[in-house]
Amino acid sequence: MSPANGHGQTLAEKVLARASGAERVVPGEIIEGNVDLAMMHEQGAQTVGPFHQMGAEKVWDPERVVIAIDHWVPASTEGAAILHRILRKFAAETNLPHFYDVGRHGICHQILAENGWVVPGDLAVGTDSHTNMLGAMGAVATGIGPTEMAAVLALGRLWLKVPSTIQVRVHGELGKGVTAKDLVLRVLGEIKTTGATYKSVEYTGPAIAALSMPERFTICNMTTEMGAKCGVVAPDEKTFDYLAKIAKHPMHPLYADADAEYERVVDIDLDGMPPMVACPYSPDNVRPLPEVAAEHIKVDQVFLGSCTNARIEDIREGAALIKGLQVAKGVRFIVSPASTKIYDQCLKEGLIQIFTDAGAVFTNSSCNACFGGNQGLLAPDEVCASSSNRNFPGRMGAKEARIYLLSPAATVAAAIRGEVTDHRDML
Amino acid sequence: MKEIIEGRVWTLGKDVDTDGIISGKYLTIIDPEELKKHVFEIALPEFAAGARPGDIIVADENFGCGSSREHAPQAMRAIGVGAVVADSFARIFFRNAINLGVPTVEARGVRAIFEQGDTARIEMRAGRITNVRTGQSVPFPPLPPHLLKLLEAGGLVEQVRAELAARKAASTPTT
Repeated sequence: MSPANGHGQTLAEKVLARASGAERVVPGEIIEGNVDLAMMHEQGAQTVGPFHQMGAEKVWDPERVVIAIDHWVPASTEGAAILHRILRKFAAETNLPHFYDVGRHGICHQILAENGWVVPGDLAVGTDSHTNMLGAMGAVATGIGPTEMAAVLALGRLWLKVPSTIQVRVHGELGKGVTAKDLVLRVLGEIKTTGATYKSVEYTGPAIAALSMPERFTICNMTTEMGAKCGVVAPDEKTFDYLAKIAKHPMHPLYADADAEYERVVDIDLDGMPPMVACPYSPDNVRPLPEVAAEHIKVDQVFLGSCTNARIEDIREGAALIKGLQVAKGVRFIVSPASTKIYDQCLKEGLIQIFTDAGAVFTNSSCNACFGGNQGLLAPDEVCASSSNRNFPGRMGAKEARIYLLSPAATVAAAIRGEVTDHRDML
Repeated sequence: MKEIIEGRVWTLGKDVDTDGIISGKYLTIIDPEELKKHVFEIALPEFAAGARPGDIIVADENFGCGSSREHAPQAMRAIGVGAVVADSFARIFFRNAINLGVPTVEARGVRAIFEQGDTARIEMRAGRITNVRTGQSVPFPPLPPHLLKLLEAGGLVEQVRAELAARKAASTPTT
């Protein structure tokens, strides 16, 4: 297709042009994109049926496929055990070597990140909506369904509508006790849960360049809650350093053109921004934390976990806050690291002991309470403070239960004080 | 895919997320016949027992947001939903439904012209949805040819099967 005009391309357009072998692509166009990395978790068990129904016999490239079970690990129901067995059998039959099974497991997106499975310029797809997290590598990473995944495994490609792009320009500096999670909640409050549907969200500006890779994972992760197809950050030295020893395939760093066309530009100034909280029942019901803390909302459970915020940096921050203190009376505090590798780090650094001394439960790595299907469900009318990403009705168990989404530090502070609180006076 | 789809309407609000369609606790269920018993358990509890094949879902903005679970459109397909219509869709739900061969129509302003129990008439290629009771209608941009082809093939499984079969035939020596 010849350029419709002289305008440049956004980062997502560049990646999709590369994936489809085109010089350029335009928003709205449907392309066939070659996939660089395909990831399946338990939902991949539903890929096996369609894969066989399609008459497929082999996977297009076993070196580009990762299976990482995470929702029910180890299997907590017979149904989950069956899903795991279907995947193990499928991996054996189709010679898929990269299976992160129980004992080497972790939340699928963290597994992809910490093992260098997604690199700059990639088109990555996964059977989980938070696959968007990997956009932090300068890639287009997006969630797809299991039937689609069957087509990807068979053909190595899939159809995609080229998204238009919202540019989020972030200026200023995060204040004390204010984190990347607060930043993304602030953006969610602006863009809302429908504001980026089908679109790419490109995070730019000096404040994004200043973020570490784990912080970039957090913001790209919750781009999912804006309805976005992908959230992207251009690769830089931090990206290359992070991937230097672990990249599983060659990088193709791509950058938005200076004259790229954005559908919308959102400016966020971090100077003076307080911590944020997403109140029930939507991740875009975002309010300043000090305002909500003034309501003294009592919590029954606190969850430090999920692909959004359970990395070693998050857990260290929480441990520093709770060290020598106790979980408030009547509160259940659950900590679930994002991967077994992070669990091991916590063990070596003595962090697990800090949490258990305080009266918390430190579990193995799993999605757990975040999706309401494994450990840590809520009874009707219970309240949970959580470092996770969604608070829709029924997300964590009973549909009446109320979930407040917070930064890791504010989450841990809620466990200590027994209520949603502004943690900054504890730092 | 039928050119004209007509059916009884079930209405839903905005931001119906996939947790509200199939709750997380049912995600280990693979059998669609079992899944359909729980469809809309949170968002529309009377649906599973009261739905008839051919019924049409009419929702407001951002239908199917949240988790990527294909269980949601699978359960709807199992119960025989004729089409899913909304002011707008969340992207993964939209993809999953199309890939499973469930007709999906995005029509701005559609929710406002329907009440529970009305009859909807959808003209897929002409791009028009009408409330048979009131005569009110809204236009919508028909699906792009690529996706209409996918629905016509009966979904992604059928389409890929045809492609793989053609490849196999092409690579088989004719001697």
